[in-house]
Amino acid sequence: MTLLLVFLGGAVGAPTRYLMDWLVQRWHDTVFPWGTFTVNISGSFVLGLLTGLQPGPFVATLVGSGFCGALTTFSTFGFETMRLIEEGAYAEAALNAVGSLLLGVLAAAAGYGLAVHVL
Amino acid sequence: MTSSGAGQDVFRGRPVRGRGRAFGVLGAIAVGGGLGSVARFLVTSAVPVGASGFPWGTLVINLSGSFALGALMVFILQVWPPSRYVRPFLGVGFLGGYTTFSTVAVEITRLAAPTAAVYAAVSLVAGLAAVWCGMTLARLAARVPVRRGPRKETR
Repeated sequence: MTLLLVFLGGAVGAPTRYLMDWLVQRWHDTVFPWGTFTVNISGSFVLGLLTGLQPGPFVATLVGSGFCGALTTFSTFGFETMRLIEEGAYAEAALNAVGSLLLGVLAAAAGYGLAVHVL
Repeated sequence: MTSSGAGQDVFRGRPVRGRGRAFGVLGAIAVGGGLGSVARFLVTSAVPVGASGFPWGTLVINLSGSFALGALMVFILQVWPPSRYVRPFLGVGFLGGYTTFSTVAVEITRLAAPTAAVYAAVSLVAGLAAVWCGMTLARLAARVPVRRGPRKETR
């Protein structure tokens, strides 16, 4: 049952990432991977929010482990950063690496704080 | 996918999407993402959390997934013949769903400051190293030359 919930959440999260990436990237014709950046930051916010809300195991598994886990991605983030390095776009690579992590952590903390202190 | 070719940039070349194919591609991503998420869940359950709560499970997942994606992209864009569903299923779906960024971000906020700093630095540096190792080993295995210099815009 747990595995089914994880599967279903992931089966929705991954296509959502693809569509968000595609939409965001359409607006930015730059070397910077804005699509993955946006998905990872917003997904971190949602998971922080969820962690703060402390839902039951059903929602935590479906939305947390499944949806948020698959919505955000570390492998593409690493690959796109490596692409920037190989192309000599070192400033963009550093900005993507450090900026994603920093803003991701801030977004997760903001989501958590919002859930605990406001909601 | 119709635009791939031997000389193509390993980093680019998204599938050309027609309306009819879009659902097939999204379906491949959904199934891959679901399976990748289950794999992540199983690895997380199997790998114990370390001293002071160090999330070894997530680290193992992200490093192995980054290594695999680096290798996969070399084969998809420079070695294998063009295929419509391989990248959506394995790259965007399975490895995208297997690795996770949001869990890393939340874990960092919950760890004590020194552990969080170590975890963040190791994830980042080792993650990039894993991608590089995957790409380099795949290029060596497939005898693809390392490409340098500005890319051609193909999007």
